[in-house]
Amino acid sequence: MSAESGFVMRAVEVHKRFGRLHVLRGVSLDVKPRETVCIIGASGSGKTTFLRCINHLEKIDGGLIEVNGHPIGYRRRGEKLVEDRERSISRQRTEIGFVFQRFNLFPHKTALQNVIEAPVHVRGVAKNQAVADAEKLLTRVGLGDKKDAYPGKLSGGQQQRVAIARSLAMKPALMLFDEPTSALDPEVTGEVLDVMEELAHEGTTMIVVTHEMGFAKRAADRVVMMDEGVIIEEGPPEHFFESPTHERTKAFLSKIL
Amino acid sequence: MFIAVAVNWHLVWTRIVNPNGIFAHALWVTIYISIVAQILGIALGLLAALMRMSSFRPFRFISGLYVLLFRGTPVLVQIMIFYLMIPGRSLNLLLFHPPETIAAGILALGINEGAYMREIFRAGIDSIDRGQMEAAKSLGMRYGMAMRRIVLPQAARVIVPPLGNEFNNMMKTSSLVTIIGVYELFTDAQTFQSNTFSRDIAPFIAVAFWYLVLTSIWSFIQAMIERKLAVSEHGDEISLRERAVAIWTEGGGMVRSAWPWRARA
Repeated sequence: MSAESGFVMRAVEVHKRFGRLHVLRGVSLDVKPRETVCIIGASGSGKTTFLRCINHLEKIDGGLIEVNGHPIGYRRRGEKLVEDRERSISRQRTEIGFVFQRFNLFPHKTALQNVIEAPVHVRGVAKNQAVADAEKLLTRVGLGDKKDAYPGKLSGGQQQRVAIARSLAMKPALMLFDEPTSALDPEVTGEVLDVMEELAHEGTTMIVVTHEMGFAKRAADRVVMMDEGVIIEEGPPEHFFESPTHERTKAFLSKIL
Repeated sequence: MFIAVAVNWHLVWTRIVNPNGIFAHALWVTIYISIVAQILGIALGLLAALMRMSSFRPFRFISGLYVLLFRGTPVLVQIMIFYLMIPGRSLNLLLFHPPETIAAGILALGINEGAYMREIFRAGIDSIDRGQMEAAKSLGMRYGMAMRRIVLPQAARVIVPPLGNEFNNMMKTSSLVTIIGVYELFTDAQTFQSNTFSRDIAPFIAVAFWYLVLTSIWSFIQAMIERKLAVSEHGDEISLRERAVAIWTEGGGMVRSAWPWRARA
């Protein structure tokens, strides 16, 4: 699984610019196997951008991100890092699950077809094997009876649970969640958070960008606070929520709690 | 001023119910040219649309130049140029060996069509949320597979209605290849008319009828395809009968007014 570094994900001094906007200003973060890290922070603090950089949906402008010891999006050529080819970027992404704020299920495919799509066509798993695995995953997220439903017929909470199953079907080493409950009605956020909490307790390595402080307290091994493109504070949830040290963290928590 | 025209309805009737062997061949040539040219247009249109969306600047430039040239000049002129460019022998085109005039006609019509199809493909692909491509990529799909398996099947619902209208247009526009001596439906009517030295419009009314038959059959097929797409996507499930009625009452143009670039001189 993880390489000599012992980290599933290692980010070193990551910089990202959108034009003149300097969104990430040197973000460094290590995630160990079986760890759940919650990233919190105000909108515009760069937490979603950082998450998108981890599976190279955004190119980074400086620094280094490694997953399982391999640099993401770049490969070493002597001393220098050069942009990687699409083929190897895609291969690396199979190791990284990504759950989007807006689910992004494939609307022309049923729940089951959504889940088996990548195992069958990217990994080359036999179809009946993929279907069996997918049915197990859908049951695990509480949707065994909805496998033949199209996303349009599912509630937001159900769609997001299918999306989680779809990512898990690739058996990724790392799961990334980008505000997975922000687009949901309040009464269905619970069902999604429950699934995620279970994953966390089963030892899935995950990085979760979230505004759900209750979830962070219950499920996170570590909470990370981002502000203006840098990590300003991090620690286990007990310490983090009880006695934050940074002024910005205190101000943010007092507003949100 | 009103010009009263005496139409020889008996002749119209004869040419409709009792067509000869040459007519059958002419009908086949029209269908053949239309289908092959449309397929060529679809392939070129998709290629040009993907090039247009590429991050590689020369691709975008080539795609832009292609549309500028072929949409900005009359298709009649293009047909003439292709005819003169093609060497005087039959070409090996898509497994068939059409005579050079037909090959020139197919190339000109198909390449011209591609310029229009590019816009249709682009609008269809643009209509799909960016998140679909991102989700596909995050699952490890490469661009080509994500396009083929995720984006294009969804875009099809937006692409098929104007594509059908394009093919409707193609069957009628294909009559222009008469200028380079291809013997197709229109040529057949014209030949008959000039052989009889009359100013009777009967052969042209008859040929108009045959074009109407072709476009009506196509509208029906198009309605079935659209219905299938609508059902598989759980969109509006309009019955086949309602669609068929709509073809005749609305002239087959289900989304026609929504596609401004269809306005073609």
